[in-house]
Amino acid sequence: MADVSTSTRGDLRLTHLTKSYGDFNAVNDLSLTIPEGSFFALLGPSGCGKTTTLRMIAGLEEPTQGSISLGTTDITYTKPYQRPINTVFQNYALFPHLTIFENIAFGLRRRGIKDVDDAVNKALALVELPHLAQRKPTQLSGGQQQRIALARAIVNRPALLLLDEPLGALDLKLRRQMQIELKWIQKEVGITFVHVTHDQEEAMTMADTIAVMNEGEIEQMGSPADLYDNPKTAFVANFLGQSNLIKGTVTGNDGANQIVDLYGQKISLQKDRSHGVDSAIYAGIRPEKFRISRLQTATSGNILTGGKVEDVSYIGVSTQYQVMMPWGQELMVFEQNDDGVAPFSVGESVNISWEPIFTFGLRGDEDAEAGTEVNPEEDLDE
Amino acid sequence: MRKISRWFQRNLIRIYAVIAFTYLFIPIAYTFAFSFNDGGKSNLIWKGFTLSNWQNPCGAPEVCTALGNSIKIGFLATTIATILGTMIAFAIGRHNFRGRSTTNLLIFLPMATPEIVLGASLLSLFLVFKINPGFWPTVIAHVMFCISFVVVTVKARIASLDPRLEQAAMDLYANEAETFRRVTLPLVAPGIAGAALLAFSLSFDDFIITNFNSGTMVTFPKFVYVSATRGIPPQANVIGSSMFILAITIVALGQFVGRKRKVS
Repeated sequence: MADVSTSTRGDLRLTHLTKSYGDFNAVNDLSLTIPEGSFFALLGPSGCGKTTTLRMIAGLEEPTQGSISLGTTDITYTKPYQRPINTVFQNYALFPHLTIFENIAFGLRRRGIKDVDDAVNKALALVELPHLAQRKPTQLSGGQQQRIALARAIVNRPALLLLDEPLGALDLKLRRQMQIELKWIQKEVGITFVHVTHDQEEAMTMADTIAVMNEGEIEQMGSPADLYDNPKTAFVANFLGQSNLIKGTVTGNDGANQIVDLYGQKISLQKDRSHGVDSAIYAGIRPEKFRISRLQTATSGNILTGGKVEDVSYIGVSTQYQVMMPWGQELMVFEQNDDGVAPFSVGESVNISWEPIFTFGLRGDEDAEAGTEVNPEEDLDE
Repeated sequence: MRKISRWFQRNLIRIYAVIAFTYLFIPIAYTFAFSFNDGGKSNLIWKGFTLSNWQNPCGAPEVCTALGNSIKIGFLATTIATILGTMIAFAIGRHNFRGRSTTNLLIFLPMATPEIVLGASLLSLFLVFKINPGFWPTVIAHVMFCISFVVVTVKARIASLDPRLEQAAMDLYANEAETFRRVTLPLVAPGIAGAALLAFSLSFDDFIITNFNSGTMVTFPKFVYVSATRGIPPQANVIGSSMFILAITIVALGQFVGRKRKVS
């Protein structure tokens, strides 16, 4: 077989990609470009179509519509073994009848490379398990199997490495360690990584760019900071971290800002952070951006008055408050325990304030709860 | 009193196991013991210990011809049934085709049909086609009933195979043929081997269907059946015991190798 892995390089381009099962569109008209050499994450809840997308890129599923290209080569309908793409499968899928060495050498041998020793040993060294070469996969721990699966893919120097929830089966501590390691390995080998996960923290730790998927479509794509600080939909605002979404109306403009009326109290919102389509809007603020203060304390920026502390949870690095507002909504406020101010107690009347630049605006007709009630897959497993 | 009842409670499973195994092994032990009987032609009454039966297992007339026929038929039927059955199992287990569920059902039919019916119908079928009963009709008949067991055994193994392993092979530049040869087949092989052993033992000790279709040819079960009327020669016991010991040895060896592989 031709040496497929070096012949094609470049950006991965998905164009109007659709995968239907009967009436159901698992992936719906998805278009995106993944630049060469980047660490890209497809993030979304169970059943959002991220794994189907990955399998289409790998060639294990055929798209119903649309195309996939790598560099200038169209690979939409080529066989998986003709693509310079390798996958780290969710449960590793190591060949149980072969030694670790032969598992890693598998791809090289299939491409007709005779002298595999050097490459396999280098790959084993990269994942720091050179002493396991002659073992069988069942004799390895989950973490070790995970690394071998990675070595087995990377040894082929593919143009693209796909990772399908590769850390899902590991315990939390090992997962953190592997996240850092994976990121380091990606920098080291310079291969484009496409990482599918439902774990927002994992995606944010590792990826340069994240595409948040929901119901077969991309909700928003950008750097982790972009997505977190300036979400464009309620789903993104709630799925990545937590958000307070307060219903309001745009009543006017003030330079680069919109003036938004939240139940009678005026706040400002930067126009380029407002994604509403008409005057009905949700003003969004992350809980840690809020400041909480006693009534007599002077505050600046956007201020909401009339709050009453409902609940206080002290969790070491921060204190989390639930504050009931006059219009009956509870807001979450996370305060760093770094200012020496005594914690507020339940029942205290407080004001809430924040820097206007932290406000983001969402369409008023959105479901403010979207993305909050999705069960991460790991919780279902455990 | 209470002590005794508690002892019973604690050892009930053990007692049950001992009784069950005794029940199972008494006939085998009997066969084994009487292979050492100095009984001459009739082997019904214990007449004294001798090793001569074991030293000369072909001593009784025709016994080794019959054994040879059984082994030949067994090997041929096993080989053909294993190859065909494995292919059917892959077709049913891996591919969706018109008539798949019908095939699935038909595969079970020979297992569910009484052997006496199968034997008689096969004989009439052969006679219709003017084929005389004998060696080859027996092989064909054995292939027919062995296939079902092979399909069922191999299919179970295929069903338990993680499809992601084959996907991983394809992902790692193995085309369809290579994936089959390097991954699928090695992983299904234990199932195929088990199916072959099962087929051989089914073929080896089949009497009813063989009796209809073998004509004048004698197989080992037929030999035992025919000689039963005038007393089975102790050589038959020797052969039966050897087969048993051989089978036990193979199983024990398999266990031993398997365990050793797991440890290292």
